[in-house]
Amino acid sequence: MSLALILDIVSWLLLSAGGVFVFIGGLGALRMPDLYTRMHAASVTDTIGPALIIVGIILQSGFTLASVKLVAILLFLLLTGPTASNALASASLLAGYRPEYARALTEEERQ
Amino acid sequence: MKPDRFHSPHARMATLFVTLVIAWLLWSGIFMPLLLALGLFSCVVTFLLVRRMGFFDNDFFALRFSRKLFMYWIWLSREVFYSSLQVARVVLDPALPIDPRTIEIKSDSGHLVDQVILANSITLTPGTLALDLHQGIIKVHSLTEAGAQDLLSGEMNRRVDALREG
Repeated sequence: MSLALILDIVSWLLLSAGGVFVFIGGLGALRMPDLYTRMHAASVTDTIGPALIIVGIILQSGFTLASVKLVAILLFLLLTGPTASNALASASLLAGYRPEYARALTEEERQ
Repeated sequence: MKPDRFHSPHARMATLFVTLVIAWLLWSGIFMPLLLALGLFSCVVTFLLVRRMGFFDNDFFALRFSRKLFMYWIWLSREVFYSSLQVARVVLDPALPIDPRTIEIKSDSGHLVDQVILANSITLTPGTLALDLHQGIIKVHSLTEAGAQDLLSGEMNRRVDALREG
């Protein structure tokens, strides 16, 4: 088996796995009961989905300038994603939308 | 606060300028004199603007690259991977076994940049979401009890606090 074929297979697996995670994130956003739990599902789409997809594309482009840009895109996505999530979460908290499904961890549950 | 090699304004200025120039060169990949001059010009303008904004004077300078930071990113990637699998399992379970909790985490580090790194790492990890950061206390929403317990074990907190040393 040639190296190019192995790279193609690994990259194909990574791209597919990324697509599956993006789909699961979307499915979770539909199934969850409230905003905060939906954001947990959406963060699968935000983090591991694009990470796997971009690493898959990097394997296709090899050691080129395009790969450097792809790494930069991934880095910016991972650095700015949580900022947007925090802005959304605190805006909804400030608007008085309580995480009603969540309860505080009780003292007994703390290990 | 521990002084480090990014404490002096000149080291900070040099770090930012070099980062900007490298970014321009890598983004364009075209080395014509006109484009290089334009790149240098935009780097200088950006540099002057952020200097006017007080980027180098206050203690919010976040462009600290070190071997430790890369080790932390690798550790965080592993955490993101495993918690993604856990959240995926919850989503795909027909019963949707969620058990959301809210907890408060006190940051081990007194530095604002470290606290932001910790809060963003918590949000980046699927299954835990930082709701609010105020005076070093991070309010966290967790999808499951296990996720809350994992955060309370304090490993992420310790690792972020250790970033600033060396």
